[in-house]
Amino acid sequence: MTEGDADTTTQTHPRIRTAGVDGMLVSFGDSLSEPANRAALAFRAEIERQGWNGVEESTTSLVSAYLRFDPLHLGHAELKQKLDTLLSDRDWYEAPLPSGRRLWRIPAVFGTDLGPQLDQAAEAAGLTPEQAIKDFTQTRVRVQTIGFAPGQPYLGELPQAWDIPRQSTLTSRIPEGALAVAIRQLVLFSVATPTGWQHIGQTAMRLFQPEADEPFLLRPGDEVEFTETDAETLSNMRSDPHGGAERSELP
Amino acid sequence: MTDTLTIHRAGPGLTLQDMGRPGYLALGLSRGGAADRLALAEGAALLGQSTDLTAIEMTGTGGEFEASRDTRIALTGAPMAAAIDGTRIAWNASHTLPAKARLTIGSASEGVYGYLHVGGGFRPPEQLGAHSAHLAAGIGALLEAGDRIDLGPDDRTATGLMLPKDTRFAGGTIRILPSIHTDAFPQELCTRFEDTAFTRDTRGNRMGVQLKWDGDGFLPEIGRKIVSEVIMPGDIQIIGDGTPYVLLSECQTTGGYPRIATVLPCDLPRIAQAPAGAPLNFRFVTLEDAVEAERKAAQAVADLPKRRQPLIRDPATIPNLLSYQLISGMTAGRELDPEGA
Repeated sequence: MTEGDADTTTQTHPRIRTAGVDGMLVSFGDSLSEPANRAALAFRAEIERQGWNGVEESTTSLVSAYLRFDPLHLGHAELKQKLDTLLSDRDWYEAPLPSGRRLWRIPAVFGTDLGPQLDQAAEAAGLTPEQAIKDFTQTRVRVQTIGFAPGQPYLGELPQAWDIPRQSTLTSRIPEGALAVAIRQLVLFSVATPTGWQHIGQTAMRLFQPEADEPFLLRPGDEVEFTETDAETLSNMRSDPHGGAERSELP
Repeated sequence: MTDTLTIHRAGPGLTLQDMGRPGYLALGLSRGGAADRLALAEGAALLGQSTDLTAIEMTGTGGEFEASRDTRIALTGAPMAAAIDGTRIAWNASHTLPAKARLTIGSASEGVYGYLHVGGGFRPPEQLGAHSAHLAAGIGALLEAGDRIDLGPDDRTATGLMLPKDTRFAGGTIRILPSIHTDAFPQELCTRFEDTAFTRDTRGNRMGVQLKWDGDGFLPEIGRKIVSEVIMPGDIQIIGDGTPYVLLSECQTTGGYPRIATVLPCDLPRIAQAPAGAPLNFRFVTLEDAVEAERKAAQAVADLPKRRQPLIRDPATIPNLLSYQLISGMTAGRELDPEGA
C-alpha cells in the first residue's frame, strides 16, 4: 500500500454505520488492504476483551468489525459514542494483531488433477507453474476473514501478480480442502461447492467438523504457510484431524 | 429410560429448531434457529415453559408422531390440519397427546413453517451448544420416519390453552431500514423498491427467499464492485440479475452483493411465513420507529402468557367446528387425509 492510499483511507475511515436495527459496522477501508484488515481484527479483539453490556456478538469481515447488540438495552447513540471513543484511543491501522494467533504449516498438492487450474491461473498471473507454486509456498498468508461457509478462510495477501479476476463461469464443484486463487487471495474450501475461484491445489484439511472436539480449525488472524507434497502423502494425511498440518502459537 | 417421540411419517422439511447458535459468526457459522422465532415463543407460552427449548419445525406439511408417555404438545406457526387418533384438534393451542396415540399433522392452509412443541422440549444431542439443525452448515439432519427424539422432563400439566390467531401467514407490508449499502443506490431505485408490489417467489428456503415482481431489476451501478461484507438475516441482497433476495436465519455470514435495505427482525417471521405467491411490499421506517417496533414486539412476546385463553370457552371446541373456525377463521384448509399424504 502506498502512502497516498493510506491518506485516502484515513480521511473517510474508520466509518461507523448502523447495519439494521441491531447491528453496527465499523469499517476501516472500502477495499481490502493489510492495514484495514489488521485494524478490523485488532478492534474487534478489543471489543471482545472489554465485553460491553448489550453487545451480543461480534465478528470481522475483510475490512470491518461488526457488532450485534440489543437496541432495547443499549441505545444507538450510546453505542456509537463508545465506538467513537475506542476508535480515537489509538491508531488501529498500526495496532498489533490480537494475541492467541497460530501459525499453520499446511501440506498441499499443487497442480495435477488435484489442482487442475494451476497452469491457467499461473498464466493469468504471467508466471510459469513453477513460479506460481513458489509464490504459494513462500508467501506467509493471514486468515483475513472466515466466511461463506463455516470455517472457510480467505487468505492473503499474495504478490501483486495474483490480482487476477474470478472466473465468469463457475466451476461446478470444487472439493472440500481444495485451494483456489483469485484477487490476491487464496481460499481453502471447507465444503464442496460451485465456485468462480481457480482451483490450483488440494489439502487434506477438514476445516469444519461439527462433531469433533475442535469443530473449527482456523481462526481469523491465524497465519498459514503451504508446503508442497505429493498425492500419496496427502492421501495418508486424510485421517489426521489436522490434515497433516503443523500448528504452533505465534508470539 | 428416556421418553421419546417417534416419527412414523415425516414431511419433506422437518428439522429440530431452537433459538439458534449465537457466537460463531466470526468462524463463518450463522446463528440459524427457527425460521419463525415468534412461533417458538408462542409454543413456549402455551406450554408455560422457556423459549429456549427445542421444537420440530415443519415446512409446508407435518407428519405422523407418537409419544412414549402422555405428552403435552403445542402447535404454532403456519396453521396445519392436525388430529389425535383421527379427532381434529385446534392449531395455535396446547393439548395432551396420550401415550401411544397417533398425532397426525397435514398440510399448511396458509403460511410455511408449522411447529410442534412438547412439554419439556426435545432433547437431542447438543452440537455446538444448541439442538437446532443448520443444514447449510452440515449440522443435524432432516428428520425421517423411524427417528426417535428424546423428550426433556416436564413437571407441568396444563393444556387446553389457545392463543389468538396472528396475521403473519399471508404476506403483507414489511418494515425496512437502510442497509450498509443503501446510500449507494440511486434514490429512484429505493423509491421504486417501496412502490413495487412483490410476491414471494417459489424459490426460497431457510437460507432466504427470492422476490418476484413485474418490471426492471434493482441492481445499482456499484453492483459488482463492492467488497464482501458481513451479512445478517433480514438483509435484502440484490443478486446479479437484479432480483431482491431476503436472507433468513440459515443465511451465509458474508455476502458480496449490494443490499438495498434490511428487514426489521420483528417483521422477519412475516417474510419467512409468506407462502409462494403471497403479496409483499416494503416500507422504509426511521431508526427510532424501528427501535419502537422492536420494543413493542418484545412486549407482545412478554405478554403472550396473558393472551392465552382456555380452549373450552370457545364454542369451537366442538371437534368438527374447531378446524373450521379456529384454525383459519375462514373455511378450512384441507381435510386431513387419514391415510396420510
